[in-house]
Amino acid sequence: MAAGGGIDPIHQFHITNLVELKPLGINLSFTNTSLWMVIVLAVVSALMIYGSSQRAVVPGRLQSLAEMTYEFVASTLTGVMGKEGMKFFPFVFSLFMFVLASNMLGMIPGSFTVTSQIIVTAAFAVLIISVVVIYGIVKHGSHFFGLFVPSGVPGWLLPFIVLIEIVSFLSRPVSLSLRLFGNMLAGHIALKVFGGFVVALIAAGGAATIIAPLPLLLAVALTAMEFLVAFLQAYVFAILTCVYLNDALHPGH
Amino acid sequence: MDPVAAKFIGAGLASLGMGLAAIGVGTIFGNFLSGALRNPSAADGQFPRAFIGAALAEGLGIFAFVVALVLLFVV
Repeated sequence: MAAGGGIDPIHQFHITNLVELKPLGINLSFTNTSLWMVIVLAVVSALMIYGSSQRAVVPGRLQSLAEMTYEFVASTLTGVMGKEGMKFFPFVFSLFMFVLASNMLGMIPGSFTVTSQIIVTAAFAVLIISVVVIYGIVKHGSHFFGLFVPSGVPGWLLPFIVLIEIVSFLSRPVSLSLRLFGNMLAGHIALKVFGGFVVALIAAGGAATIIAPLPLLLAVALTAMEFLVAFLQAYVFAILTCVYLNDALHPGH
Repeated sequence: MDPVAAKFIGAGLASLGMGLAAIGVGTIFGNFLSGALRNPSAADGQFPRAFIGAALAEGLGIFAFVVALVLLFVV
């Protein structure tokens, strides 16, 4: 599918095998996605380990960055779930940091955005919903299913409401994974398409070359917006995780 | 109709959903802002909720976007 200027905007999401590994016919190859996941993990771990090793009273840059992210996630979490939600802090914090770091590292030109692969975001969403369901059932037993039965609904309306609640619960992992995936994919495609406009206009020559800087300016503005989206989607992912975990913690409306 | 042409028309129609989701997100933040200007002290506490609403509204636009992408690149 060729776009403007013959530049394929989808090519950047192509997965290539770096190390072929196929034991027993199962494809376990080390791909560029795996490589970037390792890089993301290394960056997050390095930030947190180095940031917390100094323990200075007056924090340096990296320490204050680590403290800021901690404070930010902790305040978001307690805002949604209250104090007892802090037992989920390690889970939400690792999710937030992984998504944020992979979104941000994906903005480096030539790098690979891990979160633009739907299998990665879908795995996260399934993990989150499994935690919600398993924790909810272990903690509250059958009372957890009170989540689907809002109180104060007239009896004849209840079957429909329960059906709607169940469908809305089941669509959560789909929307959670598609939102992150779609945002990262759309942003990177848009950047590539605008880059393709510049190349195509310059290649066209003549009067078209004069207006070539216009899409370039837009591409710069889009890059700035992409950084905002990269942070915002990590935030939205974390806060929706908190909202869903809150259902497991306090079921019933 | 030529199937390829129908595919592109379908993708274009699916993109309309993204614009409609933009209306939803704009409504949420517009109302949040007008409420926040009336009562600035309560605004910070409701900030996460505005984002949850915007994320839910935006998610539907993303569905439309994914449908367009599936039509263009998968089908």
